[in-house]
Amino acid sequence: MRGDGIVRIIGRMTPHPDPDVVANPARRALLAGAASAGAAAIVASFPTASVGSQDPAAPQVPEDATKVPGGPTTAQSARSAFERPARTPIGQLTGASYTPLQDLSGTITPTDLWFERHHNGVAQIDPARWRLLLHGLVDRPLVFTLDDLRRFPSVTRIYFLECSGNGRNGYRAPKAELSPQQIDGMSANAEWTGVRVATLLAEAGVRRTARWTLAEGGDAAVLSRSIPLEKMMDDALLVYAQNGEPLRPAAGYPVRLLLPGWEGNTCIKWIRRIEAIAEPNMSRDETSRYTDPLPNDTARRFSFVMDVKSTLTRPTFPAVLGAPGWIELSGLAWSGRGKIAQVDVSTDGGRSWAPAQLQPPVLGKAHVRFTRMWKWDGRRTVLMSRATDETGAAQPTLAEFRARRGLGTDYHFNYIRAWVVERDGRVFYGVEV
Amino acid sequence: MTRLPWVLALACATAVAADPPTRDDAIQTARFGLGRPATAEEIAAWNIDVNPSGDGLPPGRGSAADGAKVWAAKCAACHGEEGEGNERYPRLVGREPEQGFPFGRHLKYVRTVGNYWPYATTLYDYVYRAMPPTAPGSLAPDEIYGVVAWVLAENRVIPADAVMDAGSLPRVRMPARDRFVDDDRTGGKEFR
Repeated sequence: MRGDGIVRIIGRMTPHPDPDVVANPARRALLAGAASAGAAAIVASFPTASVGSQDPAAPQVPEDATKVPGGPTTAQSARSAFERPARTPIGQLTGASYTPLQDLSGTITPTDLWFERHHNGVAQIDPARWRLLLHGLVDRPLVFTLDDLRRFPSVTRIYFLECSGNGRNGYRAPKAELSPQQIDGMSANAEWTGVRVATLLAEAGVRRTARWTLAEGGDAAVLSRSIPLEKMMDDALLVYAQNGEPLRPAAGYPVRLLLPGWEGNTCIKWIRRIEAIAEPNMSRDETSRYTDPLPNDTARRFSFVMDVKSTLTRPTFPAVLGAPGWIELSGLAWSGRGKIAQVDVSTDGGRSWAPAQLQPPVLGKAHVRFTRMWKWDGRRTVLMSRATDETGAAQPTLAEFRARRGLGTDYHFNYIRAWVVERDGRVFYGVEV
Repeated sequence: MTRLPWVLALACATAVAADPPTRDDAIQTARFGLGRPATAEEIAAWNIDVNPSGDGLPPGRGSAADGAKVWAAKCAACHGEEGEGNERYPRLVGREPEQGFPFGRHLKYVRTVGNYWPYATTLYDYVYRAMPPTAPGSLAPDEIYGVVAWVLAENRVIPADAVMDAGSLPRVRMPARDRFVDDDRTGGKEFR
């Protein structure tokens, strides 16, 4: 454990270091407000001296809810006014907003808190005019409507989806005041409903010369990625529903591609075209972007699978622990290669590790919630989590990650995350431990 | 889950199903006769991709001199007069370092078209589909060939007077062409 490397910079949110993302000072200012609201919610959830009802800005509720009638029924359900989880929007047209992992429980990410990443704005599409074109090396080029898609046999599955740049803030611009949202908030988990891509390919009749497909969006970036046909024939889905309702516009309404376990950029939103092709297209987002420079003077391409990863979500910055005593450590783990086999946690900076409980069901290519009780003795220490997946792959230490992937690498940041607990109960991101 | 090899599954499913399939695999790869044939016009309207062989490149041509006017009018406001970029928009021009490919080792050099992009055809593909962001898809083929020639010439990848068209662009060899390797991660205990 090394605490002297911890840097304390109180202040604004880290701008997205991806040059694609347009920094917007007004939005960043908004963010700062959202972050402090989140901090208030977390502080209130631990036994501390701060009590919400004494806050003059707290929502007004009856002194005793058993003595007055409650509110009316409503068409749509709103959150309690005491709970204000929020994403952190940055950028305008090519932007991102991060899921507040530290505010959430369980594994299904509430749909309105799902992270966003888009490359030229959120496309606005009339579902009645939406079409999917399937062509190229096929016997029967076809056009499908949304109604056609919904007549095919559907599948419903739970999968995570993660931007492959997730973790960049914690690696490239680390500072103590980073929350799980700011580091890993571009991973989220949902139940998806749609049609297998293999079902549509069978309808069109893929020719034997096809080895890849090009998937293309109907947004203003007309984002395109080359996807191996093998993945399309395996578990790829064209989804039209997320958590039981139609996709939201920022998630690709009305239909997106979902490639379980693969980097989010390949899961083309607002999809309008799939072309069966012989060789990859070498589009901008699979050459200039989404390739991984390595220390041996090469760059890895088509690095689709998301590596095994975990992060604690409680207690983490900006939480403040109250009195010493028992506390549940809780976090999320996932792997693009299958099921999580084990998560170990350390409460002494990585000197010793103990297995966490995995909350069932443990699903492949999905977030799993891990927990372990911990008796805090009031001393300064460092908390860590380390996930291992069913292939035996485990998260590397930060030093191992740096040695293998390099300081300049740009995606797939799955090193072990550390959280420093100070004697006064404040918790910070472990920058260099 | 055990599945038929997909080629075999397709071979079994060439006829539209008469009765509802029952096995899960068969349900997912049966033919239902849904959708309608795509017309040649529909395919032509959306089939905009260009690949490294040059498939998809339209007729037209442009030199760096032609492209300089388009650059000044439609690109320079974001990417800079000389393609130097800024905090918000990526730098596109630059060959530093002249030797090597050290981008994984540190963050000293900015990745540009000249020092990082492996295929010149990607420029045409991307500019047509996505640039400029305020009016994507609005540039004519001659304008795109010109802008592509300007970016390549500024990066000293092609001579200043070279003309880019459907024949010449796929033959441009990018400096970083051989730096890219396929993913070798396989899962398991070894971290790669």
